[in-house]
Amino acid sequence: MGMGIGIRDQMAKRAAAEIKEGMVVNLGIGIPSLVPNHLPSEINVMFHAENGIVGMGPSPEHGEEDENLCNAGGYPVSLVSGGSYCDSVIAFGMIRRGIVDITILGALQVSEKGDLANWIVPGKKIPGMGGAMELAQKAQKVIVLMNHTDKAGNSKIVKECSFPLTSRACVDMIITNMAVFHVTDKGLVLSEVFQPFTLDQVRESTDCSFFCK
Amino acid sequence: MKNRFNKITTVEKVLDLFHDGGTIMFGGFGGVGSPPSIIEGLLNKGVKDLTLIGNDTGFPHIGIGRLVANGRVKKVIASHIGSNPVAGQLMTEGTLEVEFSPQGTLVERIRAGGVGIPAFLTDIGMDSDFVSTNKEKVVLEGKSYLLETALSAPISIVYAKKADEYGNLIYDKSARNTNPLVAMAGDITIAEVEEIVEVGELHPDEIVTPGVFVNYIVPTEGVNWKWVWE
Repeated sequence: MGMGIGIRDQMAKRAAAEIKEGMVVNLGIGIPSLVPNHLPSEINVMFHAENGIVGMGPSPEHGEEDENLCNAGGYPVSLVSGGSYCDSVIAFGMIRRGIVDITILGALQVSEKGDLANWIVPGKKIPGMGGAMELAQKAQKVIVLMNHTDKAGNSKIVKECSFPLTSRACVDMIITNMAVFHVTDKGLVLSEVFQPFTLDQVRESTDCSFFCK
Repeated sequence: MKNRFNKITTVEKVLDLFHDGGTIMFGGFGGVGSPPSIIEGLLNKGVKDLTLIGNDTGFPHIGIGRLVANGRVKKVIASHIGSNPVAGQLMTEGTLEVEFSPQGTLVERIRAGGVGIPAFLTDIGMDSDFVSTNKEKVVLEGKSYLLETALSAPISIVYAKKADEYGNLIYDKSARNTNPLVAMAGDITIAEVEEIVEVGELHPDEIVTPGVFVNYIVPTEGVNWKWVWE
């Protein structure tokens, strides 16, 4: 994505600020996986994984990995005190039932109405949706962490998604390397601009109109 | 070890049950919790033109992905093939048919097949033409849902930590994943296990899959692939 570590951490830190005591949180792969590094140590949060873990903890030290304790991406994790295992039906039952408070995931495009496209690049790659549709449709709050523009410099925040949708009107908040937006009934609201960008630069890089808070 | 229910056997013997063109439902998630010795046996036996039903196609050298990467599979019903580039390549070339289901819908379809429910309603994927096209829509109390049909298979293969002689199973941490669902949805279910104990040795309260769903128990030789994180 061409983003420096500092920017990725800045985005993850901003997303972490949305996580409150007692929440159940599902994290996507990539930048979202950095979010736990930015949570205060005293906060009690249960990280949920689609394969059937509630209460995922950090990756173990090298040599301490357990091949039968991995996250949904297949990488070793640990279990926090109070954590539990379940089968995948139960794990998705939790998502559909609205028990997951926040999901933080990546995106290809987000529209001004909060439509999400994050699973298929037409003509290029069809990896499958995995659990993205359940999470996008049913998590109480959907936070997208993504670069503001794609590799060609096109805005990933758009009036209408051109890629196939994962779910309609599901995104609540967009955190990019440039700015933070909230999706509201009236449209997109810009709430923060990250250093060193200016409001004009955000406007130039965004393919739809938005309000300023 | 006694074998009072005649369920304990070997990988070699159960391989007789698999044939070219057959359908296999498999447990596991990213290869974690997939039965390594049965998969190895299937590769060595040379069965081909298989239809596979399971969460994902693993990695090219991990789990069920090994069968896909070796060109033994003609169709997959899964939620994700992204971690197995060979699967994507074969799909693009047109030699592998892939039917995608959202992950939670897929496992619920497998559960439904396992517990005798022919179909269920869900609103997951309503906004996606990819998911909703050609599916029956049902209106319930004013809201529209997709009718998703059950999945079952002539043979299910699962991986468990322990079995007793009756086939009661317990699983190991996140290697449980889809295994308890897949175990219920096979006409014949084969459990590959790390340890076999006599009946009575598993505490009845800890059993996750009752042995009524398990037809054969085979000891595992353990994972024979290198994990992506190794």
